[in-house]
Amino acid sequence: MLELKNINKYYNAGTVNEMCLFEDFNLTIHDGQFVSVVGSNGSGKTSLLNLICGSIPLDSGSILINGTNITKMPEYKRQRRIGRVYQNPAMGTCPNMTILENMALADNKGKAFNLLPGTNRARIDFYRDQLKTLGLGLEDKLQVKVGVLSGGQRQAMALLMSTMTPIEFLILDEHTAALDPKTADTIMELTDKIVHEKHLTTIMVTHNLRFAVDYGNRILMMHQGHAVLDKGDVEKEAIKIEDILQIFTEISIECGN
Amino acid sequence: MTIILGIFEEGLIYAIMALGVYITYKILDFPDLSVDGTFPLGAALTASLIVKGISPILALPLSFLAGALAGCVTGLIHVKCRVRDLFSGIIVMTALYSINLRIAGMKANLPFLSQDTIFDNQWTRTALPPFIKPYIMVILLAVIVCICKLLLDWYLSTKSGYLLRAAGDNDVLVTSLAKDKGRVKIIGLAIANGFAALAGGVLSQKQAFFDISIGTGTMVFGLASVILGAQLFKRLGTLKTTTAVIAGAILYKACVALVISLRIVKAADLKLITAAILLLILVISDSVKRRGTRHAGA
Repeated sequence: MLELKNINKYYNAGTVNEMCLFEDFNLTIHDGQFVSVVGSNGSGKTSLLNLICGSIPLDSGSILINGTNITKMPEYKRQRRIGRVYQNPAMGTCPNMTILENMALADNKGKAFNLLPGTNRARIDFYRDQLKTLGLGLEDKLQVKVGVLSGGQRQAMALLMSTMTPIEFLILDEHTAALDPKTADTIMELTDKIVHEKHLTTIMVTHNLRFAVDYGNRILMMHQGHAVLDKGDVEKEAIKIEDILQIFTEISIECGN
Repeated sequence: MTIILGIFEEGLIYAIMALGVYITYKILDFPDLSVDGTFPLGAALTASLIVKGISPILALPLSFLAGALAGCVTGLIHVKCRVRDLFSGIIVMTALYSINLRIAGMKANLPFLSQDTIFDNQWTRTALPPFIKPYIMVILLAVIVCICKLLLDWYLSTKSGYLLRAAGDNDVLVTSLAKDKGRVKIIGLAIANGFAALAGGVLSQKQAFFDISIGTGTMVFGLASVILGAQLFKRLGTLKTTTAVIAGAILYKACVALVISLRIVKAADLKLITAAILLLILVISDSVKRRGTRHAGA
């Protein structure tokens, strides 16, 4: 379970550009939930993910994972329990290392990076099987550098790598936004498959309303640091894209756009 | 013949340092200027240890450790004090100038011509057949460089080495792997400066004296070797980059020696030549790259 309690976050505090992003923000995500987060630009979606991962500090409040306070924990330590896929496919892999080396790196997450051989030969067949599940033929290109792969192939690898070791949360930061529609669909189906197979608690930020409606069992709409819409399970099933667009329009009118 | 031998001797010594620059410049993408200070640090420490009667063989690993320590300091300044990479190197390089003088006993010049070195000792003087004697230095250097290269190749193939490569390639991934990218950088800088100090130690044993200005231009030499090696031998896919860097160092030394031997310039112009050749390499490699992309685009 992930809890955000009384979160306050200001940008440029103490200057004329001071901007309040979150004011007394609360959110609880239970185990097994797949939360889709939507909202306009600047509504605080990515900031929410960055706060959870520790990429940006918060001004006050607390973040708890299964009751343990992780507010003061540095970003890299939190990542032990978290898998994160970024919007930019280049962020999740090492371009100058081979597919095999990338897989070996991801496989070693949570263990010591000591002076043992970087690639454990006994694991190569396992990596091949894992890559086969992507259906992209990458299992036959183990010695190819990841830098020559397409954005979609890299993102598929990034998804695989971030979920290879046991994690508690999967954080998806607009992970299909940089891909063409066809590839985005493929990656989204793959995401759903992995999330179900591994029973991962997932938070997905997306601008694709269809994905937000079709996938996951909870939908959250952010606006000016507040959750203006939060529907789960049965209520979420009933939500259609038109409903969300309606709220979007109402908000836009309120803001004078 | 003596010129060629000299090229190989000096080229091999600077190749050790170039292996270190390869780690910082190529792998970590960190412009580390502290090598200009750690190279003479190794030379000063080796000289003063030998003067104190410590084994010249033991002086070398100790020099490596001293360089590694200085590299750690550069890393700590960069990571913990959040100082920009370039400044961290400059700070350590400048501070080391004074430290090196202190290590050498407040002297800008510390000769130890009467002492044994790895190149000139009981064994090399008596046990060797006379026809090997002129080549013993280059043979020993080749062995040292080989050991350094194999150790670095091995390290880069370990889990820790993978993480070092990942840190230079995409440091976001290092964080994603729940590892502190700052620590990985510090380790990389330590190894790199260890190699630089080791090279300094070997050079001082070759010359049998330490001079405070021994480190001037080290960085330029290292960069030139790495860029020359990587550019020239890139096409030979099977060749390891570490091997290419060593070849680059020898080749660069040969270029400098060639210009000097033309006798148009004086020995005092050495550093000017060193810098000018680096500039030439950079310009040529850039134009080769441009032509490559134009072909790819057409």
